[in-house]
This record gives sequence, structure tokens and C-alpha cells, in this order.
Amino acid sequence: MSEEKCVDIDYVSNLARIELSSQERNKFQSQLGEVLKYFEKLQKVDVEGVEPTAHAFPRFNVWDQDEVQPGLSAEQALQNAPKQRSQQVVVPKVVEE
Amino acid sequence: MKYEAVIGLEVHVQLDTKSKMFTRVGTGFGKPPNTLTNPVVLGLPGALPVMNLEAIEKSVKVGLLLGCKIAPICKWDRKNYFYPDMPKNYQISQFDQPICEGGEVEIEMPGESPAVMGSHRKVELTRIHLEEDVGKLTHYETDSLVDYNRAGCPLLEIVSEPDLFSPDEVFAYLTSLRNSLVSAGISDCDMEKGQLRCDANISVRPVGTKALGTKVEIKNLNTISGVRNGVEYEIKRQTQAMLEGEKIVQETRRWNPDQRYTTPMRTKEMAHDYRYFPDPDLMPVKIEQQWIDRIQKELPEKPFDKQRRYQSEMSLPYSSTSALCGDRPLCEYFEQAAAHTNVPAKVANWVVNDLLRELAQNNDQTDSKAETVTLDNCKISPQALAELISLIEEGTISNNVAKELFPEMFSSGKSAKELVKIKGLEMKSDGDEIEGLCAGAISKDPDAADKFRGGKEGAINALKGAVMKATRGQANPKLVDETLRRLLSS
Amino acid sequence: MESSLLTSATAAELINLLKGGSVSSVEITQAFIQRIQAVDQKVHAFLHLDEEDMINQAKSSDQRRAQGKSFGQLDGIPVGLKDVISAEGQPLTAASKILENYISPYDATVTRKLKEAGAVIGGRLNLDEFAMGSSTENSAYGPTRNPWNLDCVPGGSSGGSSAAVAAREIPLSLGSDTGGSIRQPASLCGVVGMKPTYGMVSRYGLAAFASSLDQIGPFAQTVEDAALLLEIISGHDPLDSTSYPSNVPSYSNELKVPLEPCKLGLPQEFFGEGMDEEVRKSIDLVIEFYKSKGFEMIELSLPTTDLSIPVYYVIATAEASSNLARYDGIRYTSRSERATNAIDVYAKSRGEGFGEEVKRRCILGAYALSSGYYDAYYLRAQKTRTLIRKDFDQAFKQVDAILTPTSPTPAFKFGDKSEDPISMYLSDIYTISTNLAGLPGISVPCGFSQSGLPIGMQLIGQALNESKLLSIAHVYDQEHKYGRKAPSL
Ligand SMILES: [Mg+2]
Ligand SMILES: [Zn+2]
Repeated sequence: MSEEKCVDIDYVSNLARIELSSQERNKFQSQLGEVLKYFEKLQKVDVEGVEPTAHAFPRFNVWDQDEVQPGLSAEQALQNAPKQRSQQVVVPKVVEE
Repeated sequence: MKYEAVIGLEVHVQLDTKSKMFTRVGTGFGKPPNTLTNPVVLGLPGALPVMNLEAIEKSVKVGLLLGCKIAPICKWDRKNYFYPDMPKNYQISQFDQPICEGGEVEIEMPGESPAVMGSHRKVELTRIHLEEDVGKLTHYETDSLVDYNRAGCPLLEIVSEPDLFSPDEVFAYLTSLRNSLVSAGISDCDMEKGQLRCDANISVRPVGTKALGTKVEIKNLNTISGVRNGVEYEIKRQTQAMLEGEKIVQETRRWNPDQRYTTPMRTKEMAHDYRYFPDPDLMPVKIEQQWIDRIQKELPEKPFDKQRRYQSEMSLPYSSTSALCGDRPLCEYFEQAAAHTNVPAKVANWVVNDLLRELAQNNDQTDSKAETVTLDNCKISPQALAELISLIEEGTISNNVAKELFPEMFSSGKSAKELVKIKGLEMKSDGDEIEGLCAGAISKDPDAADKFRGGKEGAINALKGAVMKATRGQANPKLVDETLRRLLSS
Repeated sequence: MESSLLTSATAAELINLLKGGSVSSVEITQAFIQRIQAVDQKVHAFLHLDEEDMINQAKSSDQRRAQGKSFGQLDGIPVGLKDVISAEGQPLTAASKILENYISPYDATVTRKLKEAGAVIGGRLNLDEFAMGSSTENSAYGPTRNPWNLDCVPGGSSGGSSAAVAAREIPLSLGSDTGGSIRQPASLCGVVGMKPTYGMVSRYGLAAFASSLDQIGPFAQTVEDAALLLEIISGHDPLDSTSYPSNVPSYSNELKVPLEPCKLGLPQEFFGEGMDEEVRKSIDLVIEFYKSKGFEMIELSLPTTDLSIPVYYVIATAEASSNLARYDGIRYTSRSERATNAIDVYAKSRGEGFGEEVKRRCILGAYALSSGYYDAYYLRAQKTRTLIRKDFDQAFKQVDAILTPTSPTPAFKFGDKSEDPISMYLSDIYTISTNLAGLPGISVPCGFSQSGLPIGMQLIGQALNESKLLSIAHVYDQEHKYGRKAPSL
């Protein structure tokens, strides 16, 4: 890892699907660089052979039996939708991706 | 230069469970939009996933059925990307620790004719992982509508090695996979309902070379004919491009079934950066050997194994076994009926011809209100079929009479014995009566009698026909034959 | 009874009044509503208050009590919820513009448990947007002010929950703690705040910030009250796969059992530079107090302490970038009017709907997970997290609890740190490692600075042993009761 960490802010903001103003873009560019420099500490830790912690108290096989329980009505499901038609959520034309 | 295609398939299969993969609201096809949701399905703030044991059990079952190595421990990862059919904008899936690895699917290529078995081969699998399905988008002129009923349903992704080499093999692979999964009760695999969906990775290379060519992923192969046509088109397109000296671009293309061509969706550079990471909301799964052993014991016989058994142990002809073996309930029906007779080949014949014909006809013509007839509610039980066949074997009725009775048994549910009795259809086996009728036939058609006596074997049929006609088909044909020959030779 | 007497009372005292029949839940609830009406334009702890609904709940409680069918201790006592905890029919904004119009169609498990206990669920409490922050300045609906000094922050992210209890606008409240978001504002507002062991309280219905770190916990004036609230909301929940399958004792009853003096650890890394002198003095007095009670003080080392902030910010932002992806303008969040296609809906709705800190963290988190960086950041942080947990395992071989300050300084002024993310992140230095190790931690008020700002101490306990932790904290609290002091507003 180099000293000067440069984040490709346009790539990452697109990845996160967050539109930034040019002001925000410039501010974040430098702030994130600094934060990443601060994170350099991590690169010096000896983690050879250390298992990653995904859960504070890992257990296995936490599951349910396959039994149906009631859900939401369509009205409830759509009550917060910004736009709806024919009991479905309306989205602007999807550009196939 | 000649080129060959190399194809790998990614098949998504919806598991047949009552509730969803990570929450207990119901699953189902054809329900009014957005009536199978809850906070988890919609990804509302605060909703959390809980695994469905049945989905895991079924996945292990598929793994064992296909000879995979079952992971002792598997975990859940989030695959992050934005799409309106995906409520959380991440899909819970399995990235580097899938539930199954390796395995194979036995395929059969078409034989010379439907009556001849084709060659068999095993197609290698890479892995199988479990994930959640997305919702359904319907596109309109200026916007799209989203229904989340399907979102969160358990979905098994079965990934093959690049080990298929033609559209026919792809078809054979999907057919075999579907037969195995349907017969094991994993899924109905109805492509029309989106229960089985297919993406293909296709590349071409000069015949004789080992290295794989640049691969192109084809999406939207969502009908059986679509898979065949889409794969065929793409092989042609790539081969043509190679012949013209063009470079194949690594990309994802979409099959357009109406226009029958593929169009580019995104290139390698535009590929998604999925940012996989372990889902902190879910605990890993540990699959103990005991559990695997138990499921192994409950595993149904594989369709091709069953086919081989029917051929070797029951001497069924290939044509019957190929009609039976993809359909487990039909096989069960057949085996139950066969157990009551000692002529399994004849039983199989009745099942694959007469029974299937009646079922198909019935369901073709019934109006929508009438209940469709399936093997489960069919009025001819396996025992009733066996009884009918026994009546023929005993000589109580002729084969022709049996063929006439069958549709009536199917619609009325009456037994063969009952119908024979009501209609007085027992075969006439009274020697004196038959002899009288035979003598009468000979005297009425001396021409035929002379021809037979002169060595024309076929001439006897005219005399038999006359006797049968006189008895409305009920004379015992064997007895008629014997009697005629005796009278004619004396 | 005079309403100021009701609002200054602890939950335990209100319970006794209700039991004695001298006051009704409706009277209590009305007293708090009046208090909110009187002081909340100064404090701004509440984002939403459904007064009619509260009064109706209180009426039902009084009817139950009259029929001798009370649901339990907390029946009739108002409890406020941080605005990230779902309650059916109520808004949940997470202090974000993007959830401006959202009404939750379901109850969080803690909300359901509170309802089953008869509590009067009252009000939605302010926070840093999506719980990201340490000052409650990152609320799209304006900051909450520290009731002890309106120019100072209340801490965060559960600043509304801590300030409401400190300002006597509600006797009890719930917050959430991902890196100190209950303990730090409790400390800055002079109330008790507790983060339980990861998995003790269901997260079902808590809008997630960082799933592997988030825990819901109580705010109260006293440790005793905190115990009362914690025992209601704790316990295994089949709707949360990370919920721990254990039986919850009655913490409030266990407090009544006298505690044998035990061993408290003082990690040297927590007592180095950066700590305010007044904070140090207060903690020294706490140490003297415990010693006087026969407790043994053991100096120890948690060598990975300085790694906890980078580890925390990598893990928390990575998880957040994924958890917050659902706020996209499609199903239930506000949609940008400038959007013309689906991709636009995402980028524009999120660009308009999220505040600066949320954007900064989502982008940082997406970066840490992106192709080519996962191993260097997220995976490395998870491995280092293992080392941090092991440090605590070692420490707890020697001691029963660890004593530290909760925050390096008392409440700071608005704007002091808001333009410098790293200095803001550093204000969580004492609380973060507890979340990384999944341990329970409690902040108890332990004095005031000369300028009259509260100071808090933190006790970190062993996993799943909240009883012991509460008892140790109670030993101090019942003799000092700094949380009983109310600011003048
Ligand atoms: Mg795939
Ligand atoms: Zn998939």
C-alpha cells in the first residue's frame, strides 16, 4: 500500500449508487484519502493464521422449520411506495443491465 | 478450419418449499401481485433473515443425487448490486463456500430411432449453491412494474463445467437434470413458471485445440426451445465471426426469443463488482455426516438407474422405459400395477400408451372448471389396471374388448370385472357353439377354405373375421383359430 | 400529584406510585407530554410524538390495573424509542430525509416485548442519521442539544434517547449502540446507558447500521431502572439468527442480592494521552470508591486497543454500505423527482436523500469491499477483530469487569468535530472495542466537570453476564446517583 492513497471516487460512488455534487466529490476525495492513510495501521498487523471474526459469538445451524406464517397484505406492502399501479411498484423504464 | 463449441450451463432451480428461503411467508405461483410478502421479503428497515431448514435439506438431497461432495460447513454471502427486482439490493447467496462441489449429470443422446437407446455420458458439475430469488419485473412502454411475490424464494444454482459440446447435449443435459429433480420432489422445474431458468457460457475453438476460446454468457434462455435455439444461434454467430477473422469479445449477451438472435448486454469492462462479503445476519451451516447418511438413505432411485433396472429385471422394451423413467409417479403407478401380474412388459405398455393417452385427452378437452385428472385422482387404480390385464391373460376377455373397456373404466371408475359382467362381454369359449359357428363360416365362404387348404395361410383370417363378427368380438380367438384349423384339415 | 415530581421520578418510583394507586398511567403520561411540550423546543430530542396514541395506551394500562390484570412491572410506564426501532403504524425516519414519509407496518421485537409488558410507547427519538455519528449533529431534522448546556452536543448517535431521559422528558428510552452510540451519549448527558452482549437483545426491527456490531439497549436515570428495562427487552428471538439462545434472569431482582467485592481491570491503553484531566480525576475517584468497598484493582493491557478504530470503521462502513443499499427510492423511500430511468432513481434518490456522513461512510464501505481491496481491508479487519476479542478473553481470565472512562472528554460544542471525520471517530476510542468483542458495556454517571457537564465511567463485562455487570455498576450508582441530578431547563 502506497503512502498516498487515492480513491477512484467516481468509480466507488457509482458502485454505491450515490450521486455526489462536485463539492462533495472533492471533499470526499481528500477525506477518504486521509481515512485510508489512517487505516494503514491495519496493514502492519500480523494476522498470519488468524481466523476472521464474522460473528461475535458464532453458532451453527440457526434455522426454522418450513412452516408458513402470515405476511403483509398487498396494501401494507405498498403503503410506502412512491408510485404504484395494478398492485405493483412502478419504476421508471429499466435499462437492461 | 473447423470449429467446435464448448458450453457450460448455469441452471437456476426454484426449490419446492412452503415458505421462502429466509423468512416464513408462503411461496406460490400465479398469486395476485405482492400478496406473498412481509418485512423480510420487502427488505424493510430492520428486517432480518432466518434460514429455511427444508431448503437446506433439499439442497443436500440434490447434491447427493448428483454425486457432489457436500460441504461440511457452508456459509452465506451478500452479492451486492442494484436492481429494482431485488428488494435489499443485495442477494443472499453463497460465494466461496457453496453447499455442494463437483458431481455429475448423466445424459442420454437421441438414439437412431425412438425405439433404440442412445449413447450415455456423464457431464461434470462445478458446484451447486443456494440463494434467494428476486421479484418479477414486467416492462411497459414507459415504465416497469415490480411484483415481489417471487422474491426470496429458495433458488438452487447448478453450475456445470464447460463440458457440453452441442445444442443437443445441452437439451439432453437439461432433460436429465429436470427428470432427476422432479422425480426427487425437489422442484416441478416448470420453465413456463420460471421454476427452471438457464444461462449458458459459450465459446468456440478450432477442432483439435485444448484451450478454451473467449467465453460469452447468454442470458434469458427461459424455455426449452429457447435454450436450444439460443445456444445454436450463438455457436453459429461465434463460428462465423472466427471464420471471418474477427475477435470474440468477452461479454454478456441476451437471447431475444422473438427475433431469434442474441444482443450485447455488457462487456467484461462493464462487469459488476459484486462486493461479496459474509452475511453478518446469518450463521453458517454445519452438515454432519449423520445427516448426509440419513438423506442418502431416503434418496430415490435415479431415473437412468431405474431405466436400466426395468430393462434388465423386467425385460421392458427401451421405448416403454424411456416413456416411464422420467416420471416418478408414473413409475410408481406402473410398479404397483406390475406387482399384481407377471407380465410387466404388458403393464408398461398399457401405462405408457393407454393410460397416458386418456390422461392427455381428458386434460385437453376438459373445460377450465373441471378438475384436471392426474395419476393421484385417476379413477383407474393400479390394481384395477392389473385386473383388466389379468382378464386378458386368463382368456376372459379379448385384447380388443379390453381396449374398448379402458376409456369407460377411466371415466366411470368401474372395474373391468364389473363392466364385463354388466355388458356380458365374457369371451365365448363354449367349444360346441364355436365349432358350429366355424363350420358355418367355412360353408358360407368355400373360396377362403379352399385357398387355405391350398396353402395360403392368410386366407384363414377371413373365416376368423366372420366368426368374430357373429359373436360381436367375444369369441375366444385362440379357440376359434384351433377349431377352424381342425375343421379345415379334416 | 405535581407533574414535575412525576417527571423527575425514576421508573422504579413511578412503578411504586402506580402500585400504590396514588397516580394513574394517564397522569404520568400526561405529565411527560407536558414536559416535552415545555422543553423539547430547546432540546429537540423528539422527532415525532403521537400524544393521542400514548394517552390511549395509558388508558388501557389503567384499565388493566383496575381489573387486577396488569401485564407486569413496566405496565403504564412511558418508554421512548430511538427512531431506528420499528413500531407498527409509526414513522421510522432514522433521522434521514430518505425515510421522510415511511410508516412502519410492523413492530420490532423489542417494541412487541414492550407492548406485551404494558409499557406506553411514546415518541420517536432523534439520532445521527442511520446512527452514524457521535454528536446527533448528523440528523436531517436538526441536532438534539445537550440539556446540561444547549451549546453542546448530547453525544450520539442515540443523542435523542439520552437527552430525553436527562431532560426528564421520558423516564426510560431505548437506543442502539454500534460503536458506543448508547454509552457515549449517556455519558455526555449524565444518564445510565447500557449496551448488552451482542445477541442478548433481538435486532429484529432495528434499522441496521452494522449488523455484526449493532445492539439495542436501555437509557435510564439509574442502573436499577436500566436493569428493569433490559430484562423486558432481552431474550432469544427466533426472528434474529444472531440472537443468543439463553434464559434471561430478572436483572432487577439480582441487583437486590448483595455483591461480593471482585476484581476490576484498568487497561493501561485507556488511560494514556487524549484523556481530559477532569475526566481522569472523576475516574480516579471511582477507583478509590471501589477500593474502599473491597474491590481489587488490577492494571492490565489490551494491546490491540489502537487498532480498534480502523477495524471498526472498516467493518462498520462495509456492512453499512450493504445494509443501506435498500434505501433506493423504489419500494418505500423517497424517490428523486429528477430520475428518468431506474439507475437514475438510485443515484439521485440516494444523493438527495442521504446526508453527508452517510454518503461518506457508504462510499468508504463500498470501497473497502470492492474488487481488489476486500482482502486488504474487510478480511484483514475481521482477522484483527479476532485479535481484539482474544485480548479481552485474556483480560477476563484476571478480572470480573473492566473500568474505563466512557468518553475522553465531556460534551463538546456543536461544530467542533463535525468537519474532521477522524477526530470525530476518535471520540469513540473507549467504547468501540466492546462492540468488536461483542461484550456488554455500561456507562454510569460519575460526576461533573467544573463547567457543569456530566462525566461518565464505563464498565465492560463478560459476555452474557449482564447480571454481574449491572451489580458492579449498581454498587457505585446507588451511593452516588449522579443520574438523579437534573439539568435546569
Ligand atoms: Mg450466476
Ligand atoms: Zn444465481
